Amino acid sequence: MQKTFDNRAWFLVLPVVLLVAFNALIPLMTVVNYSVQDIFDSTHRLFVGTDWFKEMLRSPRLHNALWRQLIFSGLVLLIEIPLGVLIALMMSKKSGWKTSLTLVLVALPLLIPWNVIGTIWVVFLRPDIGLLGHFIDSVLGISFDYPTVPIEAWISVMLMEVWHWTPLVVLLAYAGLCAIPDAYYQAARIDGASGWAVFRYIQLPKMRGVLTIAILLRFMDSFLIYTEPFVLTGGGPGDSTTFLSIYLVKIALGEFDVGRAGAFSIIYFLIVLAFSYVFYQALQRVGTGEGK
Amino acid sequence: MKIRMRTIGLIGYLTLLMLPIYWMLNMSLRENNDIMSRLAFYPHHPTINNYVQIFTDPSWYMGYVNSFAYVGINTVISLLVALPAAYAFSRYRFLGDKHLFFWLLTNRMAPAAVFLLPIFQLYSELGLIDTYLAVALAHTLFNVPLAVWILEGFMSGVPREIDETAFIDGYSLPRFFLTVFLPLIRAGVGVTAFFIFMFSWVELLFARTLTITEAKPIAAVMTRTVSASGLDWGLLAAAGILTIVPGALVIYFVRNYIAKGFALGRV
Repeated sequence: MQKTFDNRAWFLVLPVVLLVAFNALIPLMTVVNYSVQDIFDSTHRLFVGTDWFKEMLRSPRLHNALWRQLIFSGLVLLIEIPLGVLIALMMSKKSGWKTSLTLVLVALPLLIPWNVIGTIWVVFLRPDIGLLGHFIDSVLGISFDYPTVPIEAWISVMLMEVWHWTPLVVLLAYAGLCAIPDAYYQAARIDGASGWAVFRYIQLPKMRGVLTIAILLRFMDSFLIYTEPFVLTGGGPGDSTTFLSIYLVKIALGEFDVGRAGAFSIIYFLIVLAFSYVFYQALQRVGTGEGK
Repeated sequence: MKIRMRTIGLIGYLTLLMLPIYWMLNMSLRENNDIMSRLAFYPHHPTINNYVQIFTDPSWYMGYVNSFAYVGINTVISLLVALPAAYAFSRYRFLGDKHLFFWLLTNRMAPAAVFLLPIFQLYSELGLIDTYLAVALAHTLFNVPLAVWILEGFMSGVPREIDETAFIDGYSLPRFFLTVFLPLIRAGVGVTAFFIFMFSWVELLFARTLTITEAKPIAAVMTRTVSASGLDWGLLAAAGILTIVPGALVIYFVRNYIAKGFALGRV
């Protein structure tokens, strides 16, 4: 059914617009302001035009951080989406205390403050007092020292990320599976369809809507990741786990270089904006049922 | 046989999922020198001293009060402004509606790191730093778009005939909204409140930057103690476990809707 056209609806959205504009537009203008000036102190400032942008776009550290970020977000999707779907398929569709308990346990990591997530893994991975660290170090006999070995730092961050956010994919996929009417399965049984065929031709197409949301949410949020790797590795060793947000905070608050940070923020924001647009288009299709 | 394979797989996953949390719980029930001296799979001499210390020291437990205060204020503000907006998006077309919705969406996606410094300066100018309101307001940046989004999904699931019938019966929009529509989507409101709570509870970058002492959230109190006093692992673990408890309680109440909420009300 068509929605009615009525511009008075603006009055209903006005509070949201004002509130979000206060938080988003004013700061964004400030960032733009920073990005075109060289600020020495509150009275001495120099207009530098696009110099910061040119410098940041050529900066190898930014390029490296961006590549690192893209690889990280790509790996996140490759691991979390199939794993999440697999686990959702294992969960029972019948309601009962077992299903409730499973849902509560699965959702638990999502409600832990992000720096506590980091802390949990710092503890868990320590060779002297952590269970996993001790297991790798003493039982497997591999000397495990993630704060100094880049590849181990990466594995640790990925492990934490998969542990933390796969539950989101599980919950989404599970919601999608629960929405499939029983009649579909009955028809498949009459046709003698195999388990794989049921998955490929019934469950997967029916999950398309929620999986779109899952992929995009996971991609976007992993693109903004800051707190958990910051607590676990601090972006190190060296720059090896310095993702975009960590790099930005390093420049803005660590080096207090607001010109470069401003330019970087705008570039970062535009990248995110481009992804958001793709997300929005995909979501619109899900909303109108085309994606299903 | 197939069913049993599934059950084993699921139990295996849940075990792995709970293991890091269990390890934290294990450590929270032990003294620090006990933790440092040997690896134990369960507390041999369980003690609740770490928890007692947290609940008797104001610099610790005020962290919880602070966290709950700004999360609560944020939830109220976000719901109050998001409800009418979501209704407008689900029921009307208006000038620039699609662009507006996209703009809101970009704020959910915007890196907090980008806004951190300017928001800090803006709030300093307004004298908001170190108040509950500062964190609550900053968190509306991502929570209001999220709330509008989830609520819109739930509201679009209610047939428009209900609105039209009510208006023909002479209901005004506010009266219809409060007495008829709101009860219809109360599950959606509950789920939305849960998600607002959750994202405000887990966020720390803003919460830590915008507070100094008076409104410091518990998760930030934790890190401060870690860096200052030469790591008391037991105490740290106990504080960590206590930050998990509220989330676990709230999940229980919305367990039947949680999946739908994560799908932004669009399953």
